[in-house]
Amino acid sequence: MNRLAGAICTIFAAASIGTWAQFETSTSRTTVQEIERYREALADGNPAELWEARGEALWKEKRGPKGATLEQCDLGRGPGVVKGAYAQLPKYFADTNKVEDLESRLVTCMVTLQGFTPEQAKKDPFGGPGKKSNIEALVAYVTAASRGAPMNVSITHPREEEAYEIGKRIFFHRGGPHDFSCASCHGLDNQRIRLQDLPNLTRTADAQRAYTSWPAYRVSQGEVRSFQWRLYDCFRQQRFPELEFTSDASVALTMFLAKNANGGVFNAPSIKR
Amino acid sequence: MSDPMKIRATMAGDKVEVKVLMSHEMETGQRKDSKGATVPAWFIQNVTATHNGKTVLSAEWGPAVSKNPFLSFRFAGGKPGDKVIITWTDNKGDKRTDEATIS
Repeated sequence: MNRLAGAICTIFAAASIGTWAQFETSTSRTTVQEIERYREALADGNPAELWEARGEALWKEKRGPKGATLEQCDLGRGPGVVKGAYAQLPKYFADTNKVEDLESRLVTCMVTLQGFTPEQAKKDPFGGPGKKSNIEALVAYVTAASRGAPMNVSITHPREEEAYEIGKRIFFHRGGPHDFSCASCHGLDNQRIRLQDLPNLTRTADAQRAYTSWPAYRVSQGEVRSFQWRLYDCFRQQRFPELEFTSDASVALTMFLAKNANGGVFNAPSIKR
Repeated sequence: MSDPMKIRATMAGDKVEVKVLMSHEMETGQRKDSKGATVPAWFIQNVTATHNGKTVLSAEWGPAVSKNPFLSFRFAGGKPGDKVIITWTDNKGDKRTDEATIS
């Protein structure tokens, strides 16, 4: 009797594994399609527009001890030129003798033009419940002005080339309690985290598609997230030490990823789950 | 004081299509903060849209509506150049009115 029950159980288990395998392949395909459908449905009313509007108001508002606006801020295409600026960042700036991404450049402008201290300018880099981030609003405004522009990041200056090489080293560096590198998840095809497909950032097409879709409005968080946030959270997920906002390491990694996206058409702020 | 709404009003055939983005926390009253205290409910309760003094949409909302809500609707009888006025009131009595011109 016991043997019979055992045999039945085995048959049952084998049958259910079979159906499960079938079930999984058919749902995983439709899940991807369903997520795409969801994104399309949301794209029309992307709340990132609210951040863009707030960012534009902040850009033109007289703030800080010097009571100045950011309208003379040089984002790399000359003072006050916002259009298309993000598609060429990060880049080397002679005035600070540093390679800067958008967020670090905004901090520089808030310090030099508006007279904030670096600590004040970097306060609340990311929004959360009950606190709005000025940086994320400004990022939404500036990046929206590059929508449709092809990514064109140069590494002609030695400092830019250096940042790119450091960024590459960080991308492939394995460490932390999980012995992870960025490449552990983003250096292989068809990887995913939960239901999200992960781009293989060593492939040009994936790198372009991924980089040009940030910043993004995260529906689950109700916030616009900047690229600095994206890297910060990747570091957290890897259980790496906290990535310091606008640090040289964060800019170098951004440089590596932005340069690899060259030729891709920038299309953000986008909307994500 | 809340941030302004983003309103787009365009002709879609003989009807006016209105798309509104509102900036609001839309707290359900079910969440707890990091100290374990309940975050009080705070959400938009009433939304009205008027065109030439006539109400074309009136809605009662609750805490099930998402943060930063998006509202899209169509109504008949509008023409380019007319104004559409949207007003929301939340459960704390805060109010916001914005308008857009139909294009």
